[in-house]
Amino acid sequence: MAKTKIEDINRNIYDIKNEDEYEFKIEKGLTPDIIKEISKQKNEPDWMRDFRLKALEIYNKLELPTWGPDISELNMNDIATYVKPKSKLNSSWDDVPEDIKNTFDKLGIPEAEKESLAGVGAQYDSEVVYHSMKEELIKQGVIYTDMETAVKKYPGIVKEHFMKCVPIYDHKFVALHGAVWSGGSFVYVPEGVKVDIPLQSYFRLNSPEAGQFEHTLIIVNEGASLHFIEGCSAPKYNKVNLHAGCVELYVKDNAHLRYSTIENWSKNMLNLNTKKALVGKNASMEWVSGSFGSKVSMLYPMSILNGEGAKTEFTGISFAGKGQNLDNGFKVVHNAPNTSSVVNSKSISKDGGKCTYRALTRINKQAKKSKGMVSCESLMLDDISISDTIPVNDVRTETAEFSHEAKIGKISDKAIFYLMSRGMSEEDAKAMIVRGFAYPISKELPVEYAVEMNNLINLELEGAIG
Amino acid sequence: MNSNLLEINDLYVKAEEKEILKGMNLKINKGEIHVIMGPNGSGKSTTANAILNNPSYIKTNGTITFDGENITNSKTDEIARKGIFMSFQLPEEIPGVSVTNFLKYAKNKVTGKPVKIFEFKNELKKYMQELNINPSYMERSLNVGFSGGEKKKNEILQLLVLNPKLAILDETDSGLDVDAIKTVSKGIEMFKNKKNAVLIITHNTKILSNLKPDYVHILVDGKIVKTGTYELAKEIEENGYSKYRIEKK
Repeated sequence: MAKTKIEDINRNIYDIKNEDEYEFKIEKGLTPDIIKEISKQKNEPDWMRDFRLKALEIYNKLELPTWGPDISELNMNDIATYVKPKSKLNSSWDDVPEDIKNTFDKLGIPEAEKESLAGVGAQYDSEVVYHSMKEELIKQGVIYTDMETAVKKYPGIVKEHFMKCVPIYDHKFVALHGAVWSGGSFVYVPEGVKVDIPLQSYFRLNSPEAGQFEHTLIIVNEGASLHFIEGCSAPKYNKVNLHAGCVELYVKDNAHLRYSTIENWSKNMLNLNTKKALVGKNASMEWVSGSFGSKVSMLYPMSILNGEGAKTEFTGISFAGKGQNLDNGFKVVHNAPNTSSVVNSKSISKDGGKCTYRALTRINKQAKKSKGMVSCESLMLDDISISDTIPVNDVRTETAEFSHEAKIGKISDKAIFYLMSRGMSEEDAKAMIVRGFAYPISKELPVEYAVEMNNLINLELEGAIG
Repeated sequence: MNSNLLEINDLYVKAEEKEILKGMNLKINKGEIHVIMGPNGSGKSTTANAILNNPSYIKTNGTITFDGENITNSKTDEIARKGIFMSFQLPEEIPGVSVTNFLKYAKNKVTGKPVKIFEFKNELKKYMQELNINPSYMERSLNVGFSGGEKKKNEILQLLVLNPKLAILDETDSGLDVDAIKTVSKGIEMFKNKKNAVLIITHNTKILSNLKPDYVHILVDGKIVKTGTYELAKEIEENGYSKYRIEKK
C-alpha cells in the first residue's frame, strides 16, 4: 500500500544507541562525596556546591509522594546522576564529535536550526555539547547559554533566580534535582526585546541507567517576548532511566512567553519533571505540551499569576501505550485581580496504557474578577486502556468565573466503518480519527513536532490491530 | 461482454440477533439505475450495509458478487477499493480532519495512486460549485456542525471525487428540501455513465422523477416481492405498500 512520506519515518531514529562512551561517569548512587565530585568536575563556585549539599540533605528527609503512579522500582543506588559526554561545549556543529552529531542530525536538529530557529542548544547526557544563537539577538543583549556557563558568567542573575521559583523543598525530586542538576539552558531576554523566531533546546539521554537533570532558567523581562521550544528523547534500554529536570520561568510585567515541549522519552524512563512560571502584571504565559514517551510520567507544569491582568494558557496532549502510566496535568494559582487561565487538555490511551489528568485551579480571595476555564477530553482506543480525570478546583472569591468540562470517550465503530467504506484500512481509519482528535493541540506545536507527533500516532497504531 | 456488476444471491442477514434479510436476490448491470423501496424495517439499509460488509450485520447465508469477484466476506475497505461507494443515511462526524484532507486521503486509498494536490483542489472546487457547497467547507472538519442537508451534499461530493463503479445511496434524499433534492439528483446525473451503476434506497419518489430509474424493486420483510419500472414507484406513491404486505401472506 502506498504510504505518504510522513508515515515512513519509524521509531528507530529515537532508538539509535551510541556506545556508552563518556569522559566521566559518576559512580551510581547518592552520597555527599558523589555530589562534591559532580561539583568538582564542573569546577563550580563554592556557593553552588554548598547549595547542592543542602539539597541532598532535604532530599534525604523528604518522603516519596503517597499519590499518583507507583515509582517504587526507582532505586537511586542504581542511577548514575552524572555522565559527562566526550565533548566540550561547541558553537559549531562541525566541532561536535561525530557520533553525537549523527544522533542530532538524525533527529533533525541542525536542519531545524537552519530553517526556523533563532538559536539552538543540544544536551547529550549531562552536559550541553552545542549552543549557538543568531548574531542580531546577541547584539540586542539576549543571553542564551548553558546553565554551567551562566553560573560562572552571570552569578548575580543566577543567584537571584535559581531555584527561587521552584524551591528545593517543593518535593523530593526537586530536592534531588537541586543536588545533582547538570546542563540545561539559561535564557535572558532584556526589557522590550521581542525574539520573533523560537529558541530551541534538545535533550538527549544516551547512557543507560543514568539520570538527566537539566535545569532551564528563563527570564523574560518587562515587555519582552520569547518562544522557547524544548525537545526530549532517549533510546530504549531495559534498565530504568530517570529524568528529573526543572524549568523555572520568570515572565515579567507585560512580557510574553510561549514554552513548547515534546517529551518523547523511551519507555523505560521515569519522567518526574518540574516546571513552573511566575507571571507578572498583564503578562502572558502559554504552555504547549506533548507527552508521549516514558514509562511513568508525573508532569504538572504550573503558572502562578502574580500580577493583575496576568494570563496563562495550557494546551497539552498525552499518549499512553502499553505499559505506560502518564500522570500529567496543569496547575494554576490566581493571585491577583482580573487574571485568567485557559486549560485545554487531551489524552489518548491504548493497549492498556493509562492517562490521568491531574490538575489544580486555585483562584485566591484577592484574585477578584478572575476567570478560569478547564476543558479535558480523553479518548480510549480499547477496553483495556484507562483514563482518569482528577481535577481540584478551589475558588475562593465569588467574583470569579470558573468552568470545567470533562469528556471521556471511545472511538466509535460507526466512525471506523464510515472511514473504511472510503477505502481506508481499520488502522488507517483509527489513526485518522486519533490524529483528528489531537489536531487542536498538534496545530499549536512547532511544525516539525506536529509532524513528529503524527508520526508517533501512526507508529503507535501500526500493527495494533490483529 | 459481461455487463453484470453486482449480484446478490439468496442473502440472509441478521442485525442485533434479529433476522432482517431473508433470501434477498438482486442483479445490477453496468449502466443501470436501480431503486429499492419498502416500508420501514423491511431491510433496505441492511441491504446497503450488508453489501459493504458492515461488521454489525451478520450474514448467515447467500453470496454477493461484484465485478466477477465474491465479496461476501471481504473487508469493508477492500470492497470500497474494488469500487463500491455508499452514501450514508447518517454520515459520521470526524473532528479535526478537514474535508479536503479526508477526501485526498480517501482518493489515494481508493485509486492506489498519489493525489496531485493542485489538480485535486481544482476538481474539488468544481464539484462543490455544482453542488452549491460553500468553498469554506473544504477546510472544515468532516461533517462537524454540518446541517442534515449539508451532510448529504457532502456525501455526493465524496461520490463524485471517489468515482466508484457502484454507488449505493442509502436514503440520501430523506429529510431534504426540494432544492437540496434537486442538487443531489444533479450530482447523481453527473456521476452516472454507461460503465457504472446506481442503487438508490428511498422512501419517496421525488428524487426519481429526474433520474429515470431502470428498475424499481419493492422490498418487504427481507425479500424483494416485486420488480418493475418507474411506473411501479408511482403506484407505490399513490397506494402505499399494503397491497404487497398482503400479497406476501
